[in-house]
Amino acid sequence: MDGPSNLDYEEDIVQILIRGFNIDDADKIYKIKDNLYQGRTPQGKDEIIIGRDLSIKSGLKIGDDALIITPGGGNIRLEVVGLYDLQVASINETWLITNIETAQDILAIDDKITSVEMQVRKEFDADIIAEDLSYTLSQANLQVDNWKDQNQSLLSGLNGQSVSSAMIQVFVLVAVLLGISSVLAISVVQKSRQLGILKAMGIQDRDASLIFVFQGLMLGVIGAFLGIALGFGLLIMFTKFAVNPDGTPVVPIYINYGFIALSGFFALASATIASLIPARISSKLNPIEVIKNG
Amino acid sequence: MANIIELKDIDKVYGEKIKTQVLFGINLEFEEKGFNSIIGESGSGKSTLLNIIGTLDKPTDGKVFIDGSRTDTLNKSELAVLRNKTMGFIFQFHYLLPEFTAKENVLMPYRIQNYNITEEIDNWADELLDLVGLTKVKNNLATDMSGGQQQRTAIARALINKPKIILADEPTGNLDSDTSETVYSILRDINEKYKTTFVIITHDKRIAEKTDRIIEIKDGKINMDVRR
Repeated sequence: MDGPSNLDYEEDIVQILIRGFNIDDADKIYKIKDNLYQGRTPQGKDEIIIGRDLSIKSGLKIGDDALIITPGGGNIRLEVVGLYDLQVASINETWLITNIETAQDILAIDDKITSVEMQVRKEFDADIIAEDLSYTLSQANLQVDNWKDQNQSLLSGLNGQSVSSAMIQVFVLVAVLLGISSVLAISVVQKSRQLGILKAMGIQDRDASLIFVFQGLMLGVIGAFLGIALGFGLLIMFTKFAVNPDGTPVVPIYINYGFIALSGFFALASATIASLIPARISSKLNPIEVIKNG
Repeated sequence: MANIIELKDIDKVYGEKIKTQVLFGINLEFEEKGFNSIIGESGSGKSTLLNIIGTLDKPTDGKVFIDGSRTDTLNKSELAVLRNKTMGFIFQFHYLLPEFTAKENVLMPYRIQNYNITEEIDNWADELLDLVGLTKVKNNLATDMSGGQQQRTAIARALINKPKIILADEPTGNLDSDTSETVYSILRDINEKYKTTFVIITHDKRIAEKTDRIIEIKDGKINMDVRR
């Protein structure tokens, strides 16, 4: 149950948004109870909670009465029973959270609601789910909306971020590929005398090149394990040292084992691919080129 | 006695644009169990000749027979097997693998064809190391030995697969004269004990004079061939 209204306090009148929730259900989406830093949630009629910013601006505290000018022009007094901080300034400044009956009263709508909000697990499928829902409801007077359509610029920002992070990953992979390849190629040159004698002693070209493929593979295995271990180490440090005042990490950590396995696989695959060039050099090496006695 | 190595009308030309002919119609046979030396000035073509015998290089023209079968027509993979089974190489530089011990280096040519080291081959490696006088240092890394010890390890390595032919290119070129004497007497012992055919390139006339046959190469041709 939403609708605009005005809040009248001593110095000024500000525009606010009345949000009448089914408090227990809305809590699942907005975590109202968790973000309440003073008082309690509105339970009875004419009880409201306001955001930190609005509370500071208007000077309203718990137990005060807020004077609301309804869209119809009437005045209603509501009791502030709690203060919340949803960590978004625009919400903290404008939302006046109350229960559905109170909101219906203020906005003069009997027994009706203005919207149903829902949260989906797969947040990036919101538009598809919305489309499904709109099809299922098939009601011309119901408008189905979703966060992706409402936040096009945010979405393109997120998109740009993920594209640039993918680019970084690709270039890091190329750099690693070149690095391993050149290290092994130098090692072929350094070991050319030993390779030459091994070839004179009858090692097959295929085996001579396999030496470097195995070396690449081993580098890949060691690299993958070290990388994953280092990643976890940094993650643990990050959760330990980069924390909010209340002790929770600044960025919540989410461990995706599938992605870790994929990264490990990429490390292995890139090291093996990188070893193919030196393996070829090793295979082509001619023993007489190496064993020259003047 | 049967010929173990036969070279027929061997020509060798290097280079694509500017051609340099280093060997001219070489005809040469080596008998089984022989102890032969090839001498000649540097650039005379003696190393090229040895590389052709050892199948490391191919002649531009002519035929090469090793132990009765023609080798200049074989592919690289077949040649690798032939080299591994019938030939041992000793070079001026030992080319031991520095990551391995003397004994592991000696076993290397066997390892190339066989994954497992049998007790028999293990004992044979010990016997060879004993023969070249390295029993005490056989578990040393290749880098932890003197130059003479390293070269003797290379000799033992050349013998591990019981090859019929040992090809040596200036095997003592890097050693002092006393050590050279020791190395030559070892080669001689092996020749007598295991009846291995030796072809040794040397520029040291004193050493060459101790062999059964001296072949001198000059400007890509056989200048002198003396048997004793």
